[in-house]
Amino acid sequence: MKKLIEIIKLKKDYYIGEVTVHALKGVDMVVNEGEFVAIMGASGSGKSTMLNIIGCLDKPTFGDYILDGINISGLSRNELASYRNRKLGFVFQTYNLLPRTTALDNVELPLMYNATVKSKERKERAIAALESVGLADRMYHKPNQLSGGQQQRVAIARSLVNDPVVILADEATGNLDTRTSYEIMALFQDLNNKGKTVVFVTHELDIAKCATRNVIFKDGVILRESIVQDRIIARELLAGMPIEAD
Amino acid sequence: MSIKNLFKIAMNALLRNKFRAFLTMLGIIIGVASVIAMLGIGQGSKLSIQQQIAGMGLNLVTVVPGSQQRGGVQFGAATMQSLKETDVDAILSECTAVLAATPEVRGNGQVVFGALNWPTSLYGENESYLQIRERSVVNGRMFTDKEISSAAKVCLVGQTVIKNLFGEGADPVGQVIRFKKIPFLIIGVLDPKGLNTFGQDQDDLLLAPYTTVQKRVQAITWVNSIYTSAVDAGSTDQAATQITETLRRHHKIKASDQDDFTIRNQAELLSTFSSVSNILTVLLGAIAGISLLVGGIGIMNIMYVSVTERTREIGLRMAIGGKGRDILMQFLAESMLLSITGGVIGILVGIAASKIIGSAMSWPVVVLPSSEVLSFAVCTIIGIFFGWYPAKKAASLDPIDALRYE
Ligand SMILES: Nc1ncnc2c1ncn2[C@@H]1O[C@H](COP(=O)(O)OP(=O)(O)OP(=O)(O)O)[C@@H](O)[C@H]1O
Ligand SMILES: [Mg+2]
Repeated sequence: MKKLIEIIKLKKDYYIGEVTVHALKGVDMVVNEGEFVAIMGASGSGKSTMLNIIGCLDKPTFGDYILDGINISGLSRNELASYRNRKLGFVFQTYNLLPRTTALDNVELPLMYNATVKSKERKERAIAALESVGLADRMYHKPNQLSGGQQQRVAIARSLVNDPVVILADEATGNLDTRTSYEIMALFQDLNNKGKTVVFVTHELDIAKCATRNVIFKDGVILRESIVQDRIIARELLAGMPIEAD
Repeated sequence: MSIKNLFKIAMNALLRNKFRAFLTMLGIIIGVASVIAMLGIGQGSKLSIQQQIAGMGLNLVTVVPGSQQRGGVQFGAATMQSLKETDVDAILSECTAVLAATPEVRGNGQVVFGALNWPTSLYGENESYLQIRERSVVNGRMFTDKEISSAAKVCLVGQTVIKNLFGEGADPVGQVIRFKKIPFLIIGVLDPKGLNTFGQDQDDLLLAPYTTVQKRVQAITWVNSIYTSAVDAGSTDQAATQITETLRRHHKIKASDQDDFTIRNQAELLSTFSSVSNILTVLLGAIAGISLLVGGIGIMNIMYVSVTERTREIGLRMAIGGKGRDILMQFLAESMLLSITGGVIGILVGIAASKIIGSAMSWPVVVLPSSEVLSFAVCTIIGIFFGWYPAKKAASLDPIDALRYE
């Protein structure tokens, strides 16, 4: 199996005035192509810091991070931006859609920063992405006309549109109710079944069970890793869940 | 990101806060409009002065008696009598850059016709007068050489004199009028010329042979001034130099002594007035430019607000692959859109304001295309200059910090 993400002795320090915060204290981690990894751990354990580095939003202080065969540690700001644009998809806890902008325009956004994609293709791909998250009939709705779950689905469509090698989600279900959370997880599982690698951060044990593997952080290091035994298939769970469950 | 998309994003961002965008633009609109109007007024006055002076004949070189005034003191009465009619002959025969010359002898007094009288000026000239002063006879004829040598009592009249003695439109040729009790036969009528730059009526005159005015009216041996015409407008300096040499020699002035005459040419007058109105234009423009500057600062202010408000958007755009340059261009596009739209509206308002000022104050206002182009260019530069720092700030944000921004 191909190593998509390889993290070697990675450290991350934050300097706030005189104080140094050691957010990550030497992490070794591998994610293979096609895996569905959930990162868990207590608040402040370094999950978001890890995901931001995996997402090329931040650079490690020490150590190496190899994504799809390329060592990210040596890249410039602009090269990182290109990497994010071509290889990565992000889903945030707070959706981060552009306000007063239609779902379609929001989904087209990553392709706007890719000069090789022309406007016709851009639109086609955005429509396809929205259809794949079940929002074909909400294309021209603006964020304030959509529910939280629908907004998060638009955000997932946006993360998919550039056909990334990995999708990263930081507490993507954190703001949603149980049922909607499983709907979102069902989407991630669909994507994963089609071969997409997914890495996501969550607090909730049940949500983490939707993944194939769990990585647990504690105080900036990996406490333990485990293959999920009793994996939850979100679609099955949803089928057995009454509509007015909560 | 393509230029088209950049401007689309910028347009949408501005439309989201229409009133705020309008207020920001207002600063630029007022600035540009006042620059256009002020430059228009400045240019207009310059052009009209130029036209007036050119109307007096650009080839004109004038010689007046007496040396240039020093600290307001005139040197002796005798110097006022330094020019003679023989000087005119000398100039004509010796100065190659001079095409024509006429002595001028002036007299002021009442002109009487029947029961009516009118205060006017009598100008004694030779037959070259019309050519030198760029005037013409619209009715009747000019006096002849023979009439000059015989000091004939003939004259031509200006329109204002006709209006006051004979009534508007009347034909006075053949009538006899009296100036200081001397009868003059009217042989011609001069063309209407109106007021000059200094508000003098150029039609309020009688024109007679200089000999007549010199001997019969004023009883003097000198002439008041000499008007000459250079061969072309470019030769006035050369003509002035030649005249100076000729007159110094004829007046037997020692090398150490000052001239007993002064030479003025129109080009000099023109450049003096032009530089005065240039200073005026620059001054007006500078005042208007300050308001444009204030408008630019307004744009900078609003762009800072815009960047702060949209910090999370900037973070997101960076997270999905927007480079610093893309973010910079996005905000520059926004500030340029503000300043250029404001500039275009400002130019239109400025042209309208110039027209209104022009007609309300019957002031010549000339809006040059160059000042429109200038304003437009200045607006673009203002957009870039004042948009640069806020845009740079946006572009240098850290994506994670920007995404976390509350
Ligand atoms: N920008 C920053 N500047 C300074 N310290 C930071 C910064 N970001 C994170 N930290 C610190 O690094 C540590 C790890 O933070 P991180 O956000 O990765 O935790 P987390 O595991 O995501 O927590 P949570 O579950 O609450 O989101 C924390 O102690 C935090 O205070
Ligand atoms: Mg976190």
